[in-house]
Amino acid sequence: MTTQILIAGFGGQGILFSGKFLAYEGLLEDKEVSWLPSYGPEMRGGTASCSVIISDTKIGSPIVNDPDVLVAMNLPSLDKYENTTVSGGKIFVDSSLVARKVEKSDVEAYYIPATSLASENNLPGLANMIMLGYMIKKTGVIPYESFERALSKVVPARKIEMLGANKKALELGYNYAE
Amino acid sequence: MAEKVLMKGNEAIAEAAIMAGCRHYFGYPITPQTEVAAYMSKRMPKIDGVFLQAESEIAAINMVIGVAATGKRVMTSSSSPGISLKSEGISYLAGCDLPALVVNVQRGGPGLGGIQPSQADYFQATRGAGHGDFHLLVLAPSSVQEMVDLVFKGFDLAEKYRMPVMLLSDGTMGQMMEPVSLEAGKINEHDKSWALTGTNCERKPNIVNSLCLQAEELERLNVERYARYKLVEENEVMYEEYLMDDAEVCIVAFGVAARVSQNAIDKAREMGIKVGMIRPITLWPFPKKVLNAAADKVKAFVSVELSMGQMVEDVELAIRCKKPVLTCTRVGGMIPSTEEVLNKIIEANGGAN
Repeated sequence: MTTQILIAGFGGQGILFSGKFLAYEGLLEDKEVSWLPSYGPEMRGGTASCSVIISDTKIGSPIVNDPDVLVAMNLPSLDKYENTTVSGGKIFVDSSLVARKVEKSDVEAYYIPATSLASENNLPGLANMIMLGYMIKKTGVIPYESFERALSKVVPARKIEMLGANKKALELGYNYAE
Repeated sequence: MAEKVLMKGNEAIAEAAIMAGCRHYFGYPITPQTEVAAYMSKRMPKIDGVFLQAESEIAAINMVIGVAATGKRVMTSSSSPGISLKSEGISYLAGCDLPALVVNVQRGGPGLGGIQPSQADYFQATRGAGHGDFHLLVLAPSSVQEMVDLVFKGFDLAEKYRMPVMLLSDGTMGQMMEPVSLEAGKINEHDKSWALTGTNCERKPNIVNSLCLQAEELERLNVERYARYKLVEENEVMYEEYLMDDAEVCIVAFGVAARVSQNAIDKAREMGIKVGMIRPITLWPFPKKVLNAAADKVKAFVSVELSMGQMVEDVELAIRCKKPVLTCTRVGGMIPSTEEVLNKIIEANGGAN
């Protein structure tokens, strides 16, 4: 079983961080994992994306061209990657930032107003983790119980006070009922 | 085994160098290798090491020469245009018979090119980054763990043969994170009686120099150096085979190109095509023997490269043009897709089975 995940949005939305959390979750579950950021000039204030692969077998290419799971945190990302998502794949959209619906018919589309939820719940800048919590619930790509383990690996020591907020955001997304 | 941590390739290179005993790093920033220098700048001051951002790449490589002459482990890193600037110094390292580790996290070229991944410095690395008769020992990792392992190996081989070693990586490998186990490997002791450590008035001074105006003497030094290179070719070739037992088509690829090729091979196998891969880990010395032996079994080769086709020349030489060698190439920061490699496999196979 190999799951290819593409997380995309604006620079500053925590795209790379959320990908790193996901990869660490995979690592702690003894899976093979890879994480590859876009590092082009576009990440300086423009779009950012990262490829995360979680697999039971040795990972070949770390580049996700045809994601099984797409997390689109802005419209340009949905426009760019919607049609690359595999048939039967899952697309997650931050519906507070993206007005349109997923048009590709052979995928499952999920909508969550992550950015609004973040501001309503006093979790500024954590729409990324709300998205991820929701995605984890709907895909089962990693188990729910180990959020804290991976968070403690990716939240730097100097920002340790953010640990609780990240966990809260993940749980908010995980428990989101459409 | 040490606990696995998630690390960027560039950071893993830096940490591995420190674990291998390197306490001197000289560099100059350039994307996509900047994390190597950034990591060194954080770690070195804490362990009484030297991190120095030089005024240029040329200055940095000359500082490397200085430390290498004292027998200490020393490293520099850069990306393609920066390596061109270091080339003069690399030739001097070779001419002085000094060990050092030079890391190239390649980006698209020529000229300033771009900042996305590339393997277009293959010729530069394997044919001598600089003037004169010499070789770099060139190591090409294809995972973050292998980057760590080859940094250890690189320092060891550099000292064993008294020659500069290049770790040839690319932007993808440098930027990606994978689980890595950082084991402090055994550090072999090599003869350093040549090093400039101060005579203490107890021995004749050592001289480290690449200038030799006597033609006969300079010839002798070159011939002696090539005798050492011959030992490297005999003893240090490294490669990895993937599904080669029954292969009728053989992919040759290194670094990230080998990773993409693995996906394509798996897909081709599902279609019933017997394809495998020989992945050179040392690009110089090139794994000629295993390729030549494979040429007697397979019907065609495919060289997958992030260049216009450079390694393909070594493949053709190694197999003495016994079988056709196709190329699958993307350049400028582009990476061949699994489908592009798969299509070449099908072409080399003479169609889908």
